[in-house]
Amino acid sequence: MAAWKPHNSLFVRLAMAALLGAGAAGAQTATLGLGRAATPAEIQAADISVSPSGVNLPPGGGTAGQGADVYQRRCQRCHGAKGEGGEEGPALAGGQGSLATPKPLKTVGSYWPHATTLFDYTRRAMPFNQPGILTNDQVYAVTAYVLHLNGLFPAGQRLDAQSLLKIKMPNRDGFIPDDRPDTGKSAKKAKR
Amino acid sequence: MPERDLPRRPGRRVFLQTAALGGTLAACAKQDGDSAADQEPNRLGKPVSDYGRRSPFEKAARKFRESKTPEASASFTPLQDCHGILTPASLHFERHHSGVPAIDPKQHRLLVHGLVERPTVFTMEDLRRMPSVSRVHFLECSGNSSGDWGPQRAPDVQRGHGLASCSEWTGVLLSLVLGELGVQREAQWVIAEGADPCKMARSLPRKKALDDVLLAYAQNGEAIRPEQGYPLRLVVPGWEGNLNVKWLHRLKLTPEPYMTKDETSKYTDLLPDGKARLFTFEMDAKSVITYPSGGQKLSGPGFHEITGLAWSGRGRIEKVEVSVDGGQTWRPAALQEPRHRMAFTRFRYPWQWEGGEAVLQSRCTDETGYTQPALEELIAVRGMNSNYHNNSIKPWKVAADGSVEAA
Ligand code: HEC
Repeated sequence: MAAWKPHNSLFVRLAMAALLGAGAAGAQTATLGLGRAATPAEIQAADISVSPSGVNLPPGGGTAGQGADVYQRRCQRCHGAKGEGGEEGPALAGGQGSLATPKPLKTVGSYWPHATTLFDYTRRAMPFNQPGILTNDQVYAVTAYVLHLNGLFPAGQRLDAQSLLKIKMPNRDGFIPDDRPDTGKSAKKAKR
Repeated sequence: MPERDLPRRPGRRVFLQTAALGGTLAACAKQDGDSAADQEPNRLGKPVSDYGRRSPFEKAARKFRESKTPEASASFTPLQDCHGILTPASLHFERHHSGVPAIDPKQHRLLVHGLVERPTVFTMEDLRRMPSVSRVHFLECSGNSSGDWGPQRAPDVQRGHGLASCSEWTGVLLSLVLGELGVQREAQWVIAEGADPCKMARSLPRKKALDDVLLAYAQNGEAIRPEQGYPLRLVVPGWEGNLNVKWLHRLKLTPEPYMTKDETSKYTDLLPDGKARLFTFEMDAKSVITYPSGGQKLSGPGFHEITGLAWSGRGRIEKVEVSVDGGQTWRPAALQEPRHRMAFTRFRYPWQWEGGEAVLQSRCTDETGYTQPALEELIAVRGMNSNYHNNSIKPWKVAADGSVEAA
């Protein structure tokens, strides 16, 4: 990580002035010097974001079998025995092949482009009523189980940072860039 | 006259004026005699108070559906009861994913890290000391009007369009803060995370982050309400509501978007061929008539002012047209000035109601020349399952008895 440089050093002031494109009011572009340097330890503690390329996936792992146990205790009540969803939580499995039909079912298996999102979201947000309660091993395990429910991960295999990144989600290529405006004179292209 | 109302050191002139006035009043009293003594005196009103309340006669309220998980739910602004362009903070729509956290601003920190030269922690006090700006912007959930895709139309403007509100936001430009910390060249995205229990997170492109995004701490002249992100939230002008991360506590600069749950599973727009649009950030231009609107009843034929709101995520509203004959003819409405960019614009249109059936609708055009489409135009391109970003024209049908419903 880049070292902290005190804001009031002449070097930093000049660099900042250049960065901010110091114009006529050049004197006003000196840095404000507010805030304090973040320590590596506090950044590490706060940074729970996992990228699709696997940045920040923690050590640890678990199998779908172990995940079934976590799931039954902590998830099933809201998401159903087989991830079919319920009154308190959306479906987590099923729906593959349904996206182009009149009744699409969007789930982890049918819709999500990246398996990393499942790890990241489960760790930060689930179980809904007690987010943050799961250990990294439990998150890997229950992620393996939800993927397994969708036919995307074998029962006995251990899910960890390496094996998670190898999973190709069925709808990985199902997304296109925003091509709006899509109506009237402003439409970017003729009808799809 | 009570002494405290006088200037502290009255000059001679003031003193003389006061004396003269006192004399006049005394003379009047004498003339009136005692005639007022038989009447009840006016009773005094309530004394001054520390925080204002609305009149007990006023009942405008947010609406929400019953839910087993009301912490992951939404409440809708009563647009039919709002005036001008600002939404009272107490009526601003809500969409939470794990409830409203209780945050002590003294404990709250904003951590900015990742691809910046100087990873930094800011207190709220640090942010309040920075050069500030105030800007009027709407927020709209991209799921607003999602119920209107199908044949079952929302019965009133609150349930159909109430996931949109408009406020004056005060805070610091994100570009200023990022400039202070030194953004590295490889930083193409900013991952914004809230301090709510689920740590809701979204990816924001660098270009927008360095343009007009606000780190906002105030709304309509007072601290942001807890439901709106107290003590700090992102305001991303014109972009879908979910990106305006509330209870903001962390920004990470990264080379890639993080594909969070709320930008993949949710807030992506499914098209008829099964592909889905990703990162549909801008809110297309949209307008709706708030009076007369569904559920209301016109009190009688004659003059009525048709009024409503228009907004665009791509800039200023340039034109609103109103039709009172089911879309056969359109005439321009008057637009309230000033018209802010990416903000509600109030429109007004004088109307003589003859007493028969009528279909009323509005359509707006923004500064890019884009004109709000009819629902059929949207469906022709997007099919029935894209759910989000329904900005179509909203017709209201007035019946002969004056009652109004969704057409
Ligand atoms: C108390 C009910 C409840 C429990 C228990 C619960 N969830 Fe959830 N879950 C929800 C709700 C509600 C949502 C939708 C949240 C939102 O609106 O953002 C959700 C969303 C999800 C999603 C995203 C679904 C999608 O397609 O967008 C996943 C994945 C998920 N939960 C996994 C889990 C796992 C794994 C567990 C157990 C560790 C769990 N949930 C426990 C209620 C629950």
